[in-house]
Amino acid sequence: MNTRSPLGPREIVDEYFIENRTRLLEIAAFLDRLDRSDAQYAATDFRMRAFADGLATLSGGEGRLVRLQLLLSDPTTEPLPALDRRSAIGAYDRWGRRDEAGSGEPRA
Amino acid sequence: MRYIDHHAHMVSRTTDDYQQLALTGCVAVTEPAFWAGWDRSGAGSFEDYFRQLTEFEPARAAQHRIQHYTWMAMNPKEADDRELSREVLARIPAFLDRPTVLGIGEIGLNRITRNEIATYTEQIELALAHQQMILIHTPHLEDKLKGTRISVDVLNGFRTIEPDRVMVDHAEEHTLQTILDSGYWAGLTLYPQTKVSAARAADMIERFGPDRICVAGACDWGPSDPIAVPRFILEMRRRRHADELIHRVVFENPVRFLSGSPKFRVPGTLAREGALA
Repeated sequence: MNTRSPLGPREIVDEYFIENRTRLLEIAAFLDRLDRSDAQYAATDFRMRAFADGLATLSGGEGRLVRLQLLLSDPTTEPLPALDRRSAIGAYDRWGRRDEAGSGEPRA
Repeated sequence: MRYIDHHAHMVSRTTDDYQQLALTGCVAVTEPAFWAGWDRSGAGSFEDYFRQLTEFEPARAAQHRIQHYTWMAMNPKEADDRELSREVLARIPAFLDRPTVLGIGEIGLNRITRNEIATYTEQIELALAHQQMILIHTPHLEDKLKGTRISVDVLNGFRTIEPDRVMVDHAEEHTLQTILDSGYWAGLTLYPQTKVSAARAADMIERFGPDRICVAGACDWGPSDPIAVPRFILEMRRRRHADELIHRVVFENPVRFLSGSPKFRVPGTLAREGALA
């Protein structure tokens, strides 16, 4: 059974360009919104530092998604000795400043 | 197209959602035991919840001609509490013989603590002791990679495990291969923000093929969509994938996996749904 997308490259762009253009604009609007509030803040929040690194991975070749997933993932292998919070936040604090971020909303 | 949603927390959904499921072709759901969004006050609350899963929900689903099956478990979000977990696990065997209980699930890890791993391990032991199928929750977001690896490592440590009777759910691009390589079924859960979109699920079917992969909506009390599976069907059709492939992912694959329990009855007949051999 052939499971590759039957769409050719031009058809993929025709089909998906507008919705991804929208997503790109949403990211730009989010970053501008944050800058209007405090242009220095992003450098102090590990989630936004990871976000910026994630944007840089988009300029690479195929495999962007997994590289991005790995960038945001906890790379450690040892269990936590005790429960620290109930939900994940979305990015791993590679800079060791996790007390500066929010505790995260309850998630299913 | 008829489909089965193997992961739907229907206790959190309205009767209108059952109607939407039925109108879009859903013929069966399976409902893992999960966190209510807040911590329950004691093991007795879990017993009431298990009765709801095994008595009330099957009747509610049947009103819409949907088969409802369920899984019993101490959920990962409360599994760090070892005392409560032991009390809940002691109450589970009494429910395992009920006609719609397929196995133990969803068990697994949340923040990947030592206590969570201990409870997870005990629930695998419970499943094996009672010849039950297993449905595994994997953690979300930054915890998914580490949590999936440890979950699979613990599973692989049980020599009597039957991989084709185990599904590791909430798989994503960076964890799917690990699950498939160990011989387990993998679930892709379609969720607006914290899991997988219909487009990414279709991408994974294109990259990995349809073997041992199922898709589900995982609808619950959070932002989620009870008709996420039909949206996946639409996404596959948008790419002009054959209905044969789509049907395999949304109906035949869950039938194959869920048939690991002798209690599961295939909606309709095999002849009408095509060869499954």
